[in-house]
Amino acid sequence: MATRKLIVDGREVDAEETLTLLQACEQAGAEIPRFCFHERLSVAGNCRMCLVEWVGAPKPQASCALQVKDIFPNKDGTPARINTTSPYARKAREGVMEFLLINHPLDCPICDQGGECDLQDQAMGYGRAAFHRFNENKRAVEDKYMGPLVKTIMTRCIQCTRCVRFATEVAGVPDLGATGRGEDMEITTYLEKAFESELSGNVVDLCPVGALTSKPYAFNARPWELRKTESIDVMDAQGCNIRVDTRGPQVMRVLPRLNEDVNEEWISDKARHACDGLSRQRLDRPYIRVGGKLKPASWAEAFAAIAAKVKSTTPDKMAAIVGDLAAAEEIKALKDLMGGLRVKNIDCRQDGAKLSGKRQTYLFNSGIAGVEAADAILLVGANPRWDAPVLNARIRKAWLASPLKVANIGPVVDLTYPVEQLGADITTLEAIANGSHAFAKTLKDAKRPMIILGSGAITRADGAAVMALAAKIARDSGMIGPAGSHADGGWNGFNILHTAASRVAALDLGFVPGQGGRDVAGIVDGAQKGEIDFIYLLGADEFDVAHLGRAFIVYQGSHGDAGAHHADVILPGAAYTEKAGTYVNFEGRVQQASRAAFPPGEAKEDWAILRALSDVLGARLPYDDRAALLKALVGDVTHFSDVGTAPLHADTSAATWESIGTSGPLDARTPVGHAIADYYLTNAVARASETMAACSREFVTSSKMAAE
Amino acid sequence: MSLRRLAPPDVQPASFAFNSDNAKWAEATIAKYPAGRQASAVIPLLWRGQEQEGWVTHPMIESIARMLGMPFIRVLEVATFYTMFNLEPVGDHLVQVCTTTPCWLRGSDAVVEACKKHIHPHQKTVSADGKLSWMEVECLGACANAPMLQIGSDYYEDLTGPATEQMIADLRAGKPVKPGPINGRRSSEPEGGALTLTEKSLYDGSIVGKHKPVPPPPPPESKKPGAA
Repeated sequence: MATRKLIVDGREVDAEETLTLLQACEQAGAEIPRFCFHERLSVAGNCRMCLVEWVGAPKPQASCALQVKDIFPNKDGTPARINTTSPYARKAREGVMEFLLINHPLDCPICDQGGECDLQDQAMGYGRAAFHRFNENKRAVEDKYMGPLVKTIMTRCIQCTRCVRFATEVAGVPDLGATGRGEDMEITTYLEKAFESELSGNVVDLCPVGALTSKPYAFNARPWELRKTESIDVMDAQGCNIRVDTRGPQVMRVLPRLNEDVNEEWISDKARHACDGLSRQRLDRPYIRVGGKLKPASWAEAFAAIAAKVKSTTPDKMAAIVGDLAAAEEIKALKDLMGGLRVKNIDCRQDGAKLSGKRQTYLFNSGIAGVEAADAILLVGANPRWDAPVLNARIRKAWLASPLKVANIGPVVDLTYPVEQLGADITTLEAIANGSHAFAKTLKDAKRPMIILGSGAITRADGAAVMALAAKIARDSGMIGPAGSHADGGWNGFNILHTAASRVAALDLGFVPGQGGRDVAGIVDGAQKGEIDFIYLLGADEFDVAHLGRAFIVYQGSHGDAGAHHADVILPGAAYTEKAGTYVNFEGRVQQASRAAFPPGEAKEDWAILRALSDVLGARLPYDDRAALLKALVGDVTHFSDVGTAPLHADTSAATWESIGTSGPLDARTPVGHAIADYYLTNAVARASETMAACSREFVTSSKMAAE
Repeated sequence: MSLRRLAPPDVQPASFAFNSDNAKWAEATIAKYPAGRQASAVIPLLWRGQEQEGWVTHPMIESIARMLGMPFIRVLEVATFYTMFNLEPVGDHLVQVCTTTPCWLRGSDAVVEACKKHIHPHQKTVSADGKLSWMEVECLGACANAPMLQIGSDYYEDLTGPATEQMIADLRAGKPVKPGPINGRRSSEPEGGALTLTEKSLYDGSIVGKHKPVPPPPPPESKKPGAA
């Protein structure tokens, strides 16, 4: 890569020509203040805070907008000298700061950004404290409505336009803009509609001042009061890296953490704002149903009730179902417990997805970062905007950077990039598989084609046939290249887009029906016919819980949702922020979540509940602490020791790929649908959240009503 | 400058469409720009829309955004940025009074007073009969004929208070008004005719000699454009 010599603050450095001067100075160890510049957004160059001195240039230079390749050496051939701390540069920045503060209110004591405000911090460095010469009236700006998540105090806005650029470039929802000009420039949504994006919360992080703040978090806490815990999000299966901020027992807010391979620095609104659901509808003590009513009970009584029922039934009449938010630890514990009781009717696929078998056949094999290398994508029954909003932003990023072609089999949705709509007819997939459809050629001609199968495709009754067709398309169009990931020069574009955070870990652990065992549909059917009379639900709320006949239901989970309403015994578990847990995201990346708070009341960590119960049931689990459990976990499935990395998919053998699904007739009469009916209400935590309910009303219910 | 917002909903018309001539013109204008760059036509289209309707309406913004494949907010940004787009309803005749320094020194206050008295006490407000509205504008570049005002694409110059009042009365009555300097001088020549360069000898050849026809220049050698 071409470099250019610069002298930054007296030190000679080789700077890459593609960098901006600001980045080059930072690499050289200088610290440059900035408001409008952001690595992931286009360069605006309008805040002028990053001014530096280029010795010999007639004016201070905005280093964010100046590329290294545009900096020419001095006349005598010596490298250009850049000063970032000289009195000249300092004075320039002080001047900028003075202008910024002219119209900025002095309301830091009541501002939610206080303590984590770029303007506050930089005013400490560049403000002229004992010095003001602006005696005119200050400007005030009307606050704007931006929806239930973003609170605006627009007088504080310094017009950096980061939010406008984020909305337009990353979120792909050009709702925000800057109207008027000069002093009267205002950031607003079009006619004050809500900012309609699943990523809207990120503008709060981007805003360098307190103009855009989090509405649910308003006036709740100061950043220095919060205990910060690095963790993993479970609202979708992407495994976004988050930081959970707690005060005492309460989760006050959730913020994104940087992970280039997973979520860059964005998280979805559900990951960010469902946290108020963690303190509502909680199960904080065991319950037993007595005479049709749930009565509080002690742990011992609850266990005794379960043991009595288990003793009176037989293993073939027992079943266990794992929910969408479970961590690998409790899945492993439940599997071992059911194994000890010789129960075969176990399943983790509440939605009825036709997935199991070798690991490569149910992963997002290209990886999340791999999306950026793709040049043709076929979506089948997937709505990435709702299934995994941050992944959708990646696809959009890929489309912005390269000529990416995306086609969709399924309902028409606005994915924020152009999509060739192939209709919702599943036979289109067959046509692509046998080469008679035009998009088959696009996939064949593409260098790195990709197919994304969403829940809408794999949960169909003919899901196995759909999988077989998808695998055929993958084979025929060269989606499965030489061994290794795309980083090694290979490619694997066969992708399953899960929506449940627990799913991949559960499939890894083989939480699927044993030989002759029943799947979820079989369990429901059996319960109605009286062939199943004991069902253990580990946080399972997303299937037909209401129709389990007279079966005895044990619900272990954190929230009083659908499962708990129909339970005979309730065991209060921990939510995802209240336990150290291992999660595997849809690309197969093993990640560790940490405990940010303790479970409420008598609730316990889930694997510990199962361990205690196993003792009562006479099938004692062989681990007494989490370390031993993790050891057993790794003993079962070795990749659980590779924390943080997505696997390389070496198994590209024909045998693996020909074994995917079973070819069979397609049900042409059922159109391809999407699994998620309401993005904001997909799990027990989100359904307990008032914020998510408000979002659902604003963005989903109202638009549905408008459509009708 | 003041805050620029769309006019309130109750004065907004229900719809907007270019008339057939303008629609044809708009199509041609959009076609001038390469594929994917249609947004470049936003200012010409808004301007033509304003010429047709007198002001930029809410339906116009959305209609033009759809024609150009732009998000609504992008067109709103343009419409609110440029002060020559009127965001409020205007009368049949929009009187734009220049109040920048040269006009002000030459008495634009009297012109503004006449407008306030005979059109509406507030600028950017349509008179009761709907025929007139007025607004202050920045320098229109006719300082030699200050004070002046613009109606449509015509300038009315060398105004006084009474002359403006007369003009407003004529406009209201539907009588024709004559563009240009109101006091009878030609363009920006001195009042009462030219005072310099008046000698006949400057023009009869007695100083520079008789006109001799110059032979036409030889045809230029074929060169690539831009070559030295």
